[in-house]
Amino acid sequence: MTQHEDNLGGAAIRPAPVDSGAFLQVRELRVHFPTDDGVVRSVDDLSFSVDRGKTLGIVGESGSGKSVTSLSIMGLHKRGTAKITGEILLDGQNLVGMSPERVRLLRGKRMAMIFQDPLSAMHPFYSVGSQIIEAYRIHNKVTKAVARKHAIDLLDRVGIPNPKSRVDDYPHQFSGGMRQRAMIAMALSCDPELLIADEPTTALDVTVQAQILDLIRDLQAEFNSAVVIITHDLGVVAELADDIMVMYAGRAVEYSTAADIFNSPQHPYTWGLLGSMPRLDRERTERLQPIKGTPPSLINVPEGCPFNPRCAYAGTNGDLSFTVRPEFRDVGGGHHIACHLGAEDRLRIWDTEIRPKL
Amino acid sequence: MNSKRLVTAVAAGAAVVMGLSACGGGTSSNGGSTGGNGGANTPAFNAAMTTIFNPSDKKGGTVRVANAGTWDSLDPGETYYGYSWNFLRTYARSLVMFKPAPGDGSSELVPDLAEKLGEPSDGGKTWTYKLRKGVKFEDGTEVTSKDVKYAVLRSTDKETFPNGPAYFEGYLNLPDGYKGPYKSKDVNTDSAIETPDDQTIIFHLKQPFGGFDYFAMMPQTAPVPEAKDTGAKYKEHVIATGPYKFEKNEIDKGFTLVRNDKWDASTDPNRKALPDKYEVTMNVNADDIDNRLISGDLDIDITGTGVQPASLSRVLGDPALKANADNPSSTRLWYTSVSPTVAPLDNKACREAIQYATDRTGYQTAYGGSFSGGDIATNLLPPQIPGASKFDLYPAGADNKGDVEKAKAKLQECGQPNGFETNIAYRAERPKEKAAAEALQQSLGRVGIKLTLKAFPQGDYFSQFAGNPPYVKANNLGLALNGWQADWSDGFGFLSQIVDSRVIRETGGSSNVSVRIPDVDKLLDEAIGETDKSKREADWGAIDKRVMEEAVILPGVHAKSLLVRPKKLSNIFVSTAYGQYDYLSVGVA
Amino acid sequence: MITYIIRRLFAAIVLLFVVSAVTFSIFFLMPKLLGSSPETLATRYVGRAATADTVRETAERLGFYDPIYVQYWDWVKGIFVGADYSYGTGVEHCPAPCLGYSFRNNQPVFPDLMDRLPVTMSLAVGAAVLWLVGGVAVGTLSALRKGTVFDRAAMSVSLAGVSLPIFFTGLLSLSIFSYNLGWTAVGGSYTPFIDNPGEWAYNLLLPWITLALLFSAQYARLTRAGMLETMNEDFIRTARAKGLPERTVVVRHGLRGALTPILTIFGLDVGLLLGGAILTESAFSLQGLGKYAIDGITNYDLPKVMGVTILAAFFVVLANLIVDLLYAVVDPRVRAK
Repeated sequence: MTQHEDNLGGAAIRPAPVDSGAFLQVRELRVHFPTDDGVVRSVDDLSFSVDRGKTLGIVGESGSGKSVTSLSIMGLHKRGTAKITGEILLDGQNLVGMSPERVRLLRGKRMAMIFQDPLSAMHPFYSVGSQIIEAYRIHNKVTKAVARKHAIDLLDRVGIPNPKSRVDDYPHQFSGGMRQRAMIAMALSCDPELLIADEPTTALDVTVQAQILDLIRDLQAEFNSAVVIITHDLGVVAELADDIMVMYAGRAVEYSTAADIFNSPQHPYTWGLLGSMPRLDRERTERLQPIKGTPPSLINVPEGCPFNPRCAYAGTNGDLSFTVRPEFRDVGGGHHIACHLGAEDRLRIWDTEIRPKL
Repeated sequence: MNSKRLVTAVAAGAAVVMGLSACGGGTSSNGGSTGGNGGANTPAFNAAMTTIFNPSDKKGGTVRVANAGTWDSLDPGETYYGYSWNFLRTYARSLVMFKPAPGDGSSELVPDLAEKLGEPSDGGKTWTYKLRKGVKFEDGTEVTSKDVKYAVLRSTDKETFPNGPAYFEGYLNLPDGYKGPYKSKDVNTDSAIETPDDQTIIFHLKQPFGGFDYFAMMPQTAPVPEAKDTGAKYKEHVIATGPYKFEKNEIDKGFTLVRNDKWDASTDPNRKALPDKYEVTMNVNADDIDNRLISGDLDIDITGTGVQPASLSRVLGDPALKANADNPSSTRLWYTSVSPTVAPLDNKACREAIQYATDRTGYQTAYGGSFSGGDIATNLLPPQIPGASKFDLYPAGADNKGDVEKAKAKLQECGQPNGFETNIAYRAERPKEKAAAEALQQSLGRVGIKLTLKAFPQGDYFSQFAGNPPYVKANNLGLALNGWQADWSDGFGFLSQIVDSRVIRETGGSSNVSVRIPDVDKLLDEAIGETDKSKREADWGAIDKRVMEEAVILPGVHAKSLLVRPKKLSNIFVSTAYGQYDYLSVGVA
Repeated sequence: MITYIIRRLFAAIVLLFVVSAVTFSIFFLMPKLLGSSPETLATRYVGRAATADTVRETAERLGFYDPIYVQYWDWVKGIFVGADYSYGTGVEHCPAPCLGYSFRNNQPVFPDLMDRLPVTMSLAVGAAVLWLVGGVAVGTLSALRKGTVFDRAAMSVSLAGVSLPIFFTGLLSLSIFSYNLGWTAVGGSYTPFIDNPGEWAYNLLLPWITLALLFSAQYARLTRAGMLETMNEDFIRTARAKGLPERTVVVRHGLRGALTPILTIFGLDVGLLLGGAILTESAFSLQGLGKYAIDGITNYDLPKVMGVTILAAFFVVLANLIVDLLYAVVDPRVRAK
C-alpha cells in the first residue's frame, strides 16, 4: 500500500484548478438531467478556468460530459429538463441562474461556438453571407450593407478566396473545410472574448484539419480570445492548447498544462487516450491500443473510481478503487488528477509500461 | 315517374343533428286565417292528407323550393318526373289537369286549357277539345289550338326530347316516318291532329283509347308558340301560360318564378296563385334539405319522396315533429318479378309456393317499414288508383309471415317437395333491394327454396340483365327485384308497362320481366278502348286479379313517404294524384 | 431552368391527353368490353318510354356507332376547333375550347365549368388559407410544447378532425350555426366575390371552416412532426448560439425548414380541391365543380365528367409545377441540381 503522500494539504482544502482572475471560471459545475430511469449526471463537480489569450483543451470520449459542459456555458442545454448548479463566471458574471434572455444577449457577442459538422450546423436555405450577417446584426445595430461588408471581411480573414462572390453562396456550395471557415467567421463576427470549439475538425479531412486548427490559433492570437477546444482526440489539442483537462464520466480526471499531459500523464485513462492516439511520428507497425470496455452509464456511475471497470490497475490498492471515489487533487505544480495510485506507482507505470509502447 | 336522390346520408351525422335541433320543431304557430273548405290548422300527424291544412287566401310572399337533384327537363314537352308535372302547373297549362283538391278529390280530371273534358267519337278513336278564350302567353299573344298542336307534335321528336313520354307518337295517327316538326317540316299532320279553328283541337288515334283525357293531362299538351320554340334549348326559357313565368333560369342550379301579368284568373277556375314568387334551388344536399324543412328555412322538398333515413327516426320520435308530418302513399309498387321462363317456375304451383312462403313483414322492413317503406301489398294496383280493390289470393297468416304449410303443399304439387334452387336479381346500388332479396332468401329457405343473390348495375339492369329475356333464361334469374310507379293515377298509367307481354323485347330493356299472359293482353286492349269510365276502371281490377292468379308477380309494398309539412306555408294538402303536397295551391302564411 | 419548365409543360400536356383518354375509355371501352352495344349505351340517355328507333337515333346523335378512337378524336377536335350541335330548331356552334355538350341537358360543358370554377376556387382557396395558417400554428405550438396538455389536446382534436367525415361535420355545423343559432349562412348560399366580398366571405365561412378543419388537422400533425425534427437540427443550435431570439429561431430557422415538405402537400391538396371539393360542395349544396362531376357521374353524362376530369387534372399538374418551382425558390439545394 502506498500512502497518499501528495494529499498532505488535507481534505479541507478544495483544490480546484481555478484561476480567480481568469475570464471564464467554472466552479463545481453540475449538470444533472432527471429522467424516468434516474438522474443522468452528465457533468459532476467540474471546475476549470480559461483566461483570454489562452486555450483549454477538454478531452474525453463521447459521453464524458465535455459537450454538455460547453453547451451549459453557452446556455444551449435543454432548458427545463437540466438541473444546473455551481458557477459559470464569464468575466465575473455568473451565467448560472442568469435569465435566459440575458444569456442570449451574451451569446454570439461575448461567447461564441463552433460546431462539429459545419454542413448540418448551417441552415441549408440561407446563404453563408446572410447567416453571418444575421449573427452580426443581432448584436450590432448596423445596416445590412455594413453587415455585408463585415461578413465579406470576415470571410476574407478566415481565408476564403474571392469572398465578395462567395458571400452569396449557400453552404452546400462550399467544401467541408470552407464551410468550417465560414462557421468560424460567423462565430467571430462579434469579436467574442470566449470561443468554444466543439470537435471543430472531426468531420473534416485530415489535411484540412490542420488548416482549421492553424486558423483557430492564428485568430486567437489576433482576437486575444479565450478558447476552449473540445475533442476526443488528444492530437487535436496537442499543439494548440495551453492546458488540457481530461474528462471521464462527467468529471475531470486529469488537468494540467499540455506539456505535462503529454510528457508525464499520471492518470491511467489519459494513458489510454494517449495509447489510442495515432501518431505520425511513430512507426506504424504498432497497433493502436483502444481503451478496453465502454464508458459507464451516467445514471449508474460505478462506485469508487468511475474508471475502475476499465482500469488495468484497479486492484492494486486493495478494494480502494471499488469503494472510494478518488479525490481530484493537485499532485504538484498544478497538475491535478483523480486516482488512487500512489505517486511512485504512477511514475513507474508510466515510465516502464506505458511510455515505451507509445 | 322516377326521381332521384343524389346522396344518401351518413346516419351517424344526422343522429347528432337530431338531438341538437329537436327543439326547433316544438311549437308551431299557424296563425293563418281560417278559410273555408273545412280545413284544419291544428298540427297533427297526417292532418294535410284529406283536408286543407292552414287554409288561407292570403296572397304574396315567396315559396322556397329545393331539389336534391335536378329536373329531367323544365320543358313541358319533355319532362317525365311526377314532381315536375305537379309543379309545372304553376307556369304551364295543359288541356286537362288533376283537380287541385285534397285527398281522393285530386284523382279527378278537370279541364284546364280546355273548356271541358274531351269528347270522344268514332268509338274512342277521335277526341275533341274546345279551348277557353282569352288565355294568353306571357308575351301577350293569344293561345290557339295550333299552339297546342305544335306542342304535341314537337314532343314526338324523341331525338330532341328523349326523356319525355311517348304516348302520343304511339297512339296518334301520324303519317308514317313522321319525325316531328323540326325534321318533318311541312308534312301534313291533319291525320293525327286537326285544328279547324283557333279554339278547337281534334285528336285522331290509331286505335280507340278510352282514357285519352289522361293523355290530355300530360304537360306535352301545354301550348308552345312555334315562333319562340328553340328546340332542346326551349327549357331555358319556357313561355308561360300559367300564373307564373320564369324570371331567371340557370340550368341545373336553380330558377325563379314570378307572377305572369298576362295570366287572367277569369280563364282559370283551378288556380289560386297565392305566392308572388317561387325560388327554386337544385342540387341541394338531401340531408340539409331535411334540416332546413324542419327548421323552417325551406318550404318544399320538391321531389316529394320524403325525408332521408337519417331524419326519419328523428321526425317519428319527436311528437312535435311528427305532428307536422304527413305520410301519403305514392302510386308505386315495390315487387319481385317471378319469371315463368325459368324452370321450375314454369310450373304455376311452384310460383304459388313462393307467394305462400314469403314473409311479407320482412319485405316491408327491408324497404324501411310502414312509414317510409309502405303498406304491405297483396295485389298490384295501389289503393288510390280508381278501380283498385285490395284482395289477397295467398293469405300469409295473421302475422303476415307466410303460410309455410301451404307453401310446402304447393311444392309437393309442382313436383319439388324438397324445394329447388334459383337466383334472385337486384340492383347493386340499392341497399333496400338487397335487403329485400335477403329477406326473401331467408323466408323461402324455410321451405327449401334456395335463392342465390345476384347484384347487377342499375344502369343496365333492365337492358342487359333482369329485363333481358335470353339473359334471364340462360342465367336462371327466377326472381328479380323490381318496382314501378304509375305515370299517372290510373290503371293504364300503372299497368300498361308492367303487365303487357307485348312490351317485352327480346333485346331487353322492358320493365315487364315476367308477365306473359295472353288473357291479360286482351283485357288490356279492351280496357284501353273502353270510353265508359266505370267499366274501364273495373277492367283494371280484373287485370290485377288475373296477373295475381298466375303468381308471376310477388307484390311487396305500396310505397309511402314521410313528408315534413312546410311550416310557413298555408293551404297545404296532399294531392293523391301525385302522392305529394299540391305545389300549385300553397300560399305563404 | 427555362428548358426545365418547357419540358414540364410538355409533359403536362401529354399527361392531360392520357388522363382524358383513360376517362374516355372507362366510359366507352369498358362497357364495350363488357358487352354493351351502342344501343344499350344509348338507353342511358333516353327516357324509359323510348322506342327502338329513338334509341338508335340517340346512339347515332351521340356518335356511339363510331369506333371509339373516332369518338375520342371528335372530342379532342372540339377542344381546338369547336363543334356544332343541333338543338332541333337550329344549330349552335360551340367555340373552341369546346369540351362538348352535356348528354343530358344539352348545355355546352366549358361555360358551365367556367361558371362553377369560381365557387370551387373560392371554397378551396379560402379553406386553404385557413387550414395552412391554423394547422401550421397549432402544429408549431404543439411541437414547441411537446408533451404538454396543449400538445395532447391539439393532437387529439386533430385526430378527430381527420377522422370525422365532412358530411358529419358539415351538416352538424349547418344545423347548429345556421339553423339553430342563425350565425352563418344556410347551405347553398354563394355570392360572387366581385359582387359583394363581405357576403362572399360570410356565405362561405362555414364551408371554409369545415373543410379547413379536416385539412388543418393533417397539417397540424405534419407541422408538428416536421418541427420536432427540424428543431433538433444542428442549425437550430447554431441559430441559438448566435444569440437569436427564440421567436426568430423558431420562425426563421425552424419553420422555414419544416414547411418545405408541407409546401408539396399543400400544393397538391389545393390542386386537387380546385378540381372540385366533392363532399364539401355536396354537404353545403355549393354549385361547384365537384357537384358538377358527381352530377355527371351519376347520370353517365360523359362530357361533364370529361370536362371536370380535364380541368382537375390541369390543376393538379399546374399545382405540381408550381410546387416544383417554389421548391427551387425555397431550397437552394434543389436549384443546383
